[in-house]
Amino acid sequence: MLEVTGLRAGYGATEVLRGIDLSVREGEIVAVLGANGVGKTTLNKVLSGVVSARAGEIRFDGQPIAKASASSIVEAGLIHVPEGRKIFPNLSVRENLVLGSYRRGRARRAENIERVFTTFPRLRERAGQAAGTLSGGEQQMLAIGRGLMAEPRLLILDEPSLGLSPLLVEEMFTLVRTLNGQGLPIMLVEQNVVQSLDLATRAYILENGTVALEGDAATLAADPALRRAYLGL
Amino acid sequence: MYAPQILIEAALNGLMTGAVYALIALGLTLVYGVLHIINFAHGALLTVAMFAVWGAFALFRVDPYLAMLGIVPLMFGAGYALQRFVIGPASHGSDNNVLLVTLGLSIVLENALLALFRSDTRALDSDAALQVVELGPLLLSTPRLIGFAASLAVTALLWLLLNRTDTGRAIRAVAREKLGARLVGIEVDHVYAVTFGLGCACLAVAACLLMPTYYVNPRSGAAFVLVAFTIVVLGGMGSITGALVGGLIIGVVESFSGLLLGDSLGQIGIFLIFILVLLVRPTGLFGARA
Repeated sequence: MLEVTGLRAGYGATEVLRGIDLSVREGEIVAVLGANGVGKTTLNKVLSGVVSARAGEIRFDGQPIAKASASSIVEAGLIHVPEGRKIFPNLSVRENLVLGSYRRGRARRAENIERVFTTFPRLRERAGQAAGTLSGGEQQMLAIGRGLMAEPRLLILDEPSLGLSPLLVEEMFTLVRTLNGQGLPIMLVEQNVVQSLDLATRAYILENGTVALEGDAATLAADPALRRAYLGL
Repeated sequence: MYAPQILIEAALNGLMTGAVYALIALGLTLVYGVLHIINFAHGALLTVAMFAVWGAFALFRVDPYLAMLGIVPLMFGAGYALQRFVIGPASHGSDNNVLLVTLGLSIVLENALLALFRSDTRALDSDAALQVVELGPLLLSTPRLIGFAASLAVTALLWLLLNRTDTGRAIRAVAREKLGARLVGIEVDHVYAVTFGLGCACLAVAACLLMPTYYVNPRSGAAFVLVAFTIVVLGGMGSITGALVGGLIIGVVESFSGLLLGDSLGQIGIFLIFILVLLVRPTGLFGARA
């Protein structure tokens, strides 16, 4: 589904991604893990066409997208729910969802809004409210709901648990499992190593802009080096 | 004291002028609200549109209201192209550069008009300006009444566009959250250009409404834009409602201070308000707090 090979990117003189190889296959949840500043968010921005790649290849559904515009990547169905939500604070909740289908999924807009409201009843209650007035958890729901409006074929979730209470984090991970259960492949980018490994099919651990470890999530969770580095065990 | 009929007429005249001011302010506030830049070329672009109306009439006897059909899309296209191919690329992403680019643009436009038309003042040689509507004991100028109605209609249309269409929602989204907008597939450069085009289209409508009672020379736009700045500050930077209400208020203030102080001092009231707003309520009537 998504194939990344030898990907390099950065800002100015700083190289952030130094040759990343990874892939996401049909039906998988792939976790991309790592501490702050290893390049996770940059990786997502390159995948969604917001930051340009300096070298390497990105294929989505076999099509090269490393040089494609952000809008054509959305059009292809690779949808990125960014870190920090990036919802439209001055627009109502419903308008945020409507704009989720700005480029893709417009034909079934009304149906999809209904589906998002069924998934997140809280959003229905607040449909007319300005999105900027929502709580952090509700904003995260809205960001994911807006992503779903584009009928994603692959969903990238960047730190969906960031800043949420433990209970909401649990809810968020359950949601990821549910969405995946409906056949949606998901790339989950997280700092939350334990819960992500628990959820994912496979995982990549990034360090310094490269993949330090990769493999089956269950195997990685048992890896002594990883347990030392990330779990403090 | 003045007779009540004179005061009412002054108020109505103020409202009618104010509505056209509001239209000019609308373009300014829209561009500011979305692109976060003060468009210094706004006045020069208004002058261009006014010359276009004059030219259409002088050369082809096209009625200024009818001319809207051609001049509004033309100005929209010109605005779109300016932002997309001149202002945007020349700014390299820095707002300070945009300021200078629009300032430069205004100088170029004004001087091009000077070279073409000299500094002569021109008006439409028709008697449309003299027509009046009788409203009971009141006499209202027909072109200004038309200007009032059309300005309100355009404001309403713009509001509908911004709130009820995907393009409008995209414009509002880009105004506050560029990255989020790109991630839903909105092309930010295109939205910027559309916004700038809409600002210019507002100017085109204003030009068509002004020309029947006004005149044009290469500097006439600047005077209106000074007033429009005041309106934008009074109404709140970036607010559509603010531009409309601010425009009407400023129109009435100008009309009354003209009545009380004489025509040449009429604009004193406007700038008094400008200073007061800056002192007392810098966010304006409808402006969001930063």
